[in-house]
Amino acid sequence: MMSEQGSTPGGDLTAPIGPHTIRRFTLSNGIKLIVQENHTSPSVVVRGHLWAGAINDPTEQAGLARFTASAVRRGTTTRTFQEINEITESVGANVFVSGGRHLTGFGGKSLAEDFGLLVDVLSDVLLNPAFPPKEVDKVRGQIITSLKELENDTRGLAHREFRQLLYTKEHPYGRPGDGTLESVPGIKRDDLVRFYQTYYRPEGAAIVVVGDVEAEAVRDALEQALGGWSRACPGAGGTVQPAGAPPPFKIPEVRPLTERRRYVRTMTNKTQADIALGTIGPARTAEDYYAARLGDLILGHLGLMGRLGENVRDKQGLAYYSYSSLEGGLGRGPWSVYAGVNPANVDRAIESILVEIARLRDEPVTDQELEDGQDYLTGVLPLRLETNEGIAGTLLDMDLYQLGDDYIIRYPELIRSVTKEQIQAAAQKYLDPEHYALVIVGPYEGD
Amino acid sequence: MFNRIHPTQGRHTALPPPSGRLVLTDNNVLEFQLENGLKVLLKPVRSAPVASNWIWYRVGSRNELPGKTGISHWVEHMMFKGTAAFPKGSIMRLVNKNGGMLNGFTSFDYTAYFETLPADRLDLGLRIEADRMANSVFDPEEVESERTVIISEREGSENSPNFLLREELMSLAFRAHPYGHQVIGWKEDLRQITREDLWTHYKTYYGPHNAVLVIVGDIDVEAVRARVEELFAPIPAGSPPPPVLAIEPAQTGERRVVVRQPGTAQYLQAAFHVPDARHPDNFPLMVLDAVLAGASPMTFGGGSTPTHRSARLYKALVETELATRAGCGYTPSIDPGLFHFYATVREGRSLEEVERALWDEVKRIQDEPVSEEELAKAQKQARAQFAYALESVTNQALWLGLMEMVDSYTRFHSFLDDLSIVTAADVQRVAQTYLVETNRTVGWFVPTEMTSAPR
Repeated sequence: MMSEQGSTPGGDLTAPIGPHTIRRFTLSNGIKLIVQENHTSPSVVVRGHLWAGAINDPTEQAGLARFTASAVRRGTTTRTFQEINEITESVGANVFVSGGRHLTGFGGKSLAEDFGLLVDVLSDVLLNPAFPPKEVDKVRGQIITSLKELENDTRGLAHREFRQLLYTKEHPYGRPGDGTLESVPGIKRDDLVRFYQTYYRPEGAAIVVVGDVEAEAVRDALEQALGGWSRACPGAGGTVQPAGAPPPFKIPEVRPLTERRRYVRTMTNKTQADIALGTIGPARTAEDYYAARLGDLILGHLGLMGRLGENVRDKQGLAYYSYSSLEGGLGRGPWSVYAGVNPANVDRAIESILVEIARLRDEPVTDQELEDGQDYLTGVLPLRLETNEGIAGTLLDMDLYQLGDDYIIRYPELIRSVTKEQIQAAAQKYLDPEHYALVIVGPYEGD
Repeated sequence: MFNRIHPTQGRHTALPPPSGRLVLTDNNVLEFQLENGLKVLLKPVRSAPVASNWIWYRVGSRNELPGKTGISHWVEHMMFKGTAAFPKGSIMRLVNKNGGMLNGFTSFDYTAYFETLPADRLDLGLRIEADRMANSVFDPEEVESERTVIISEREGSENSPNFLLREELMSLAFRAHPYGHQVIGWKEDLRQITREDLWTHYKTYYGPHNAVLVIVGDIDVEAVRARVEELFAPIPAGSPPPPVLAIEPAQTGERRVVVRQPGTAQYLQAAFHVPDARHPDNFPLMVLDAVLAGASPMTFGGGSTPTHRSARLYKALVETELATRAGCGYTPSIDPGLFHFYATVREGRSLEEVERALWDEVKRIQDEPVSEEELAKAQKQARAQFAYALESVTNQALWLGLMEMVDSYTRFHSFLDDLSIVTAADVQRVAQTYLVETNRTVGWFVPTEMTSAPR
């Protein structure tokens, strides 16, 4: 049965979004539904995820999860790909399914008046994909072309090779989620169907709806469309999904680097070299995540790309871009620095980046930097929550990482309570100017 | 400052959609002009405690002369290098510190800067823009350091085959008008532009007479108006900048270019000369664009809502497995601009095949009027894109300003009405008038062997 989990009363009623505004429901099959009404524009956004990701790709089938996600939208038992495009695009709506590292995201956007259509198509795509062989071939061709284009893209290659170097091919985080020119041609329709049957299921799925809609009406519509989902893929051969929970979700252990790893791909026809350098950072749920987040902000974001922007880009004029990135999610993502530099400046830029990494470990950040970072993270929240998409993405994350419906209210305090010492400790724990992975792609001969 | 907007490239920058009458009950804009010439547009929107402050200057690569290409974009970079009141680094720092975001970008026709802030911090944005309209420093050392950064930015673009192809195509399509060079400028010019050149460009084009201030958000219109007066009225009017005199002569025959560079895929781009934003054919051209490739998104950053997969070019080129990507773009511009096509050739297919299929589609839309369904669809898509844009005050300010730059901000509010009167015959007529062989420039990117080796 459907049930509504009552919102916790007593939240801060002046906050724009909190327990007093967020409506939670559970559909009959356990799918979590979170609704936030927002009547500022006559539009609506749906965002959700289920537990199917690149992490589930078999070693020799890198790219399977993303391939599957691209293919489910390519036709259902009752609609062709073109029909799906026609009915959604005719009203300016969109429905997407997108394969991520741990999860497959899905959702869409439409005018509020077309919400029924949006739900109808989205649920059809999730429940009844037919994987038409012709469409599967088309998707495969498109993935292969984009992988070939990647071979000519210094920045894209730097990112891909960096992950592989940092995590190695043995770990799912080191394998490219988009697959490779070796793996994708070998992925067949049957592989997609099997992946879909195994991993696309209601258990653990969550859906957020934000926009010019009424919460109960949303619940009724989604219950009708998705509440009965318990087995999948009649179109793929009528196979009934195995009963019970999906295969247990497990991220193999990640080990910090104990050496320096370096990979150079020389592309002499290019004019700029792209650099990726970094280590393994915390998961989103780690206790010191906020400290690392502030450290990352100071290192490579705040103002014009933080300290890296100031010293590598600005003061030394070495790069057009030079910023840092902390990607921790369900597991331990990279904490890394990216830069695009003239080939003559590669070595100097790397040196400067390492200096900045060492400085974040060796010295506490200044009071001013800490305050600026805290002011930014707390102040920017209303901007993030301006659009339906911004709200939906935030609510979905809040649910995924179990931050609580009062997270937005508690957030300023979470950020304000981080100390300089905690930031330094996080930098010492995760960053390392001696042991790191470094990738250089471009017109660089190096040593 | 990380964006160069190319009016003929990228569907995300196309000018298009909608209007207020159908969505808003009232335009709700306060328009006024200061004595020094600054035009101001204020629009209260109370959907969130946020306000977006934009200053638009009527200067872009369109205003650049040979030998000085890229100078407008470089000046934009220098605007983040500080004034006496806001020393270097402090603009970014203060906006971030106050929970805001900011950016600047340079296009062919304009240069724009914005700060989106919590509404009670709007004053910071106003102070920054009033100050740097007249008081940016252009420190010689900063000029030199930025030279490296900008050349580096250009080199990053040069890594992309589509950039190389676009640059060749545009310089071939325009032989007299400055739309022929890219916003980033030629590398040789970037090497030789001086601090004095930059300073002169700044002093010539940055002034109240050449600017429009647009503020949308949770504001008290009267209070903001008074504050704008206080901050901007003391800035001297200066003299009006020189007009752009170049007029592109009519094209009399097809032009073609083949770019041969190392690469892994083949790309096609093509462009046809079309009239400026104020020409009556502007709206039929937008509908033509939407029928061929879907209505362009109006959101700036963040999620877009693709509408191209049920459109004609996708069906004819991608569904048929000739290309992996295909579309077109049209962005209204101050002077006559381009209607642009692009495609990525699918592995195993040829540029000839893709080009032939593209011209077949063009011929079809010239030979037969589009259906009523396609017209209705283009309009509904525009209405949806407009509603999405309304979610954010940053987007609303962007569109008011963009339209004011090329025509009038009132177009933002009349947009859906303007589109709704376009007929199938109009669309057919503009396709027949402009998409003709003598008016087209075609570019092929033919990859030569890559020299790439892991080390």
